[in-house]
Amino acid sequence: MGRTLLKRAGELAAVLLIVSFGTFMLVSLLPNDPAVVILGEGREPAEYAAVREDLGLDDPLPVRYVDWLGSAVTGDLGESVVPPYSDVLDRVAAALPVSVELAVLGLGMALVFSIPLAMWSAYRAGGRADRIISASAFGVLSVPSFLAGLLVIMVFANQLGWFPRAQWVRISDSLGDNLYHAFLPALVIALAETALFTRILRNDLITTLQEDFILAAKAKGMSARHILLSDALRPSSFSMVTLLGISLGRLIGSTVIVEYLFALPGMGSLVIGAANTGDFTMVQGAVLVIAVIYVLTNLLIDLSYGVLDPRIRRAHV
Amino acid sequence: MSELTQVSTPPAYGQAVDAAVSSPPGRRRRRSGSPWGAAALAVLGVAGIAVGVAALRGANGWLQLAVIVAGLGLAYAGVGRLLRRRFGAGFDLMSWLCAGWLVLLVLAALLAPVLPLGEHQDLASTLDAPVFARPDLFSEYPLGTNNFGLDLLSRVLHGARASLIVALGAVAIGLVVGAALGIVSGFFRKATDAVIGVLTNSLLAVPPLILLIALATVLDPSLRNLAFALALLALPSVVRIARASTMTFVQREFVLAARAMGASRMRVMTRELLPNVMLPLLSYAMVMISVLIVAEASLSFLGLGIQPPDPSWGNMIAEGEGDAFEQHPHIVLVPGLVLFLTVFSLNLLGEKARKRFDPRQAKL
Repeated sequence: MGRTLLKRAGELAAVLLIVSFGTFMLVSLLPNDPAVVILGEGREPAEYAAVREDLGLDDPLPVRYVDWLGSAVTGDLGESVVPPYSDVLDRVAAALPVSVELAVLGLGMALVFSIPLAMWSAYRAGGRADRIISASAFGVLSVPSFLAGLLVIMVFANQLGWFPRAQWVRISDSLGDNLYHAFLPALVIALAETALFTRILRNDLITTLQEDFILAAKAKGMSARHILLSDALRPSSFSMVTLLGISLGRLIGSTVIVEYLFALPGMGSLVIGAANTGDFTMVQGAVLVIAVIYVLTNLLIDLSYGVLDPRIRRAHV
Repeated sequence: MSELTQVSTPPAYGQAVDAAVSSPPGRRRRRSGSPWGAAALAVLGVAGIAVGVAALRGANGWLQLAVIVAGLGLAYAGVGRLLRRRFGAGFDLMSWLCAGWLVLLVLAALLAPVLPLGEHQDLASTLDAPVFARPDLFSEYPLGTNNFGLDLLSRVLHGARASLIVALGAVAIGLVVGAALGIVSGFFRKATDAVIGVLTNSLLAVPPLILLIALATVLDPSLRNLAFALALLALPSVVRIARASTMTFVQREFVLAARAMGASRMRVMTRELLPNVMLPLLSYAMVMISVLIVAEASLSFLGLGIQPPDPSWGNMIAEGEGDAFEQHPHIVLVPGLVLFLTVFSLNLLGEKARKRFDPRQAKL
């Protein structure tokens, strides 16, 4: 276990290095001179030169990268290049909790929906309920999230008026209000994830339910509820746990659409706003933070396998 | 959960497991019923569609939509039963419908410039056209118009051109580069494999949409740039599938035979491995196209992809954000439905292709 873990950590470090380099190189993809982007056109050449000097753009590439990475590691992600020139790290720190909360709530909802659905589906595989659930899951997966979001807003916020549309209450202000405002966005996130989880868990459950130990439990007279919840669920949950972790890492960055639709102040809105104004330092900082989170979540998933299946713990010692 | 506890007696449980083993889900034999019943269903459905389209022209739009959808459902059930009687229980009407939709869409998109369609882009020429006209198949604007009086049918088809060009281009680039990297990686293993693995993982470390937005920050949203950006999204999965397939094929006898006959490594990779690896890759391509179409639509929806007034499904749906959607739902529903049908068809056929040609992937 220790050795594999070390190897994995090495790989992840390499991944982070490459991602940071790619993020850093984003600026060089700019079709124009960054100084012109920052100041706008029609200034004195000396002013542009000063900005270039300030950004260190005259140094050779490796020097700039090491400088940039060095300050990034110490928590200095630079300043936004458009007014009000705010500190990137502050903005990211303010936006991150919103995205994390949305992702966690969305995934939690997806788990609550998908585990019973998958069990029902798998227990009577091929039956009417299974067919309906599987077909709906397939259909839901084909609805792009922005479309689903628009429809959900249309029905629950505009027509029925049960939930507010574009507002966000910080969790520190009022937990109840916060959850009330986060419900619809989380629901939109949960839709696609529920479909995904249900499909994966159903397939794994069907395989598990054919194992001998399930037959043994059956022979002992255990109830269906006991068999599904206590015996079958854990060995069937590997693919889903992997997926859950991947989803969490992915969602923290890709609640973009939902945040945009509901005008929530999360990472997605931050990145879109920055992209629209050409604020590349902001995009760089946000992408870097999102990538680090994704990589760390992946490391945690790897560790969780040992908890789920003791055989893995012994195999690598 | 109560449903589960009710059936907890051993025989029922055994049956459930047997059913799971013997019949793959979705392939269960259904009762066909009498052919007359099925025909009646089909006729009723078609009649419902006709009533919805023609008789309810002036009525409430939602009622009209509901009648048409119900008619379609009935017609589908009826025709499906009739065809299953004719061609056997394995006949899958849905797949044929999906294939038909894709063929129709591609043809219409190809022919869009020569078809007698309304104006899709030039705002100046539609100054006297009705704005927000409701969809009405018998009018000049079969699918309605948007807030500038542009014809939605025409816009949807021209949008399909953009979506398809970008997605197909991206998948083509992804397949060529990804297959090369994957085969090299799976063939040489060791350091090469490790380096390519780290590179693909790095691409995966940034969520797809964020990667696209980051690139859109610095690049112009031209079709070419979009295709290259989307190709980056397709790349990791192509590399992984190509690598995994290569690793299984490398151990097969035909590769050993080629080597024994003195084939160079280059020849083994291009003449022996590539044709075999291509099959699972191509069967995966369909799903990839659908993912990329959604990605492009999302980017355009956010205003970072194809820029209005050039039509794209994403920016058409974005037109309905806010009040327009509430008062004129067709602004969103028309492009949304086309997008959904396309993605659904690609997913369904792609899934079928994957099960058929790549048994290792069948489970996911």
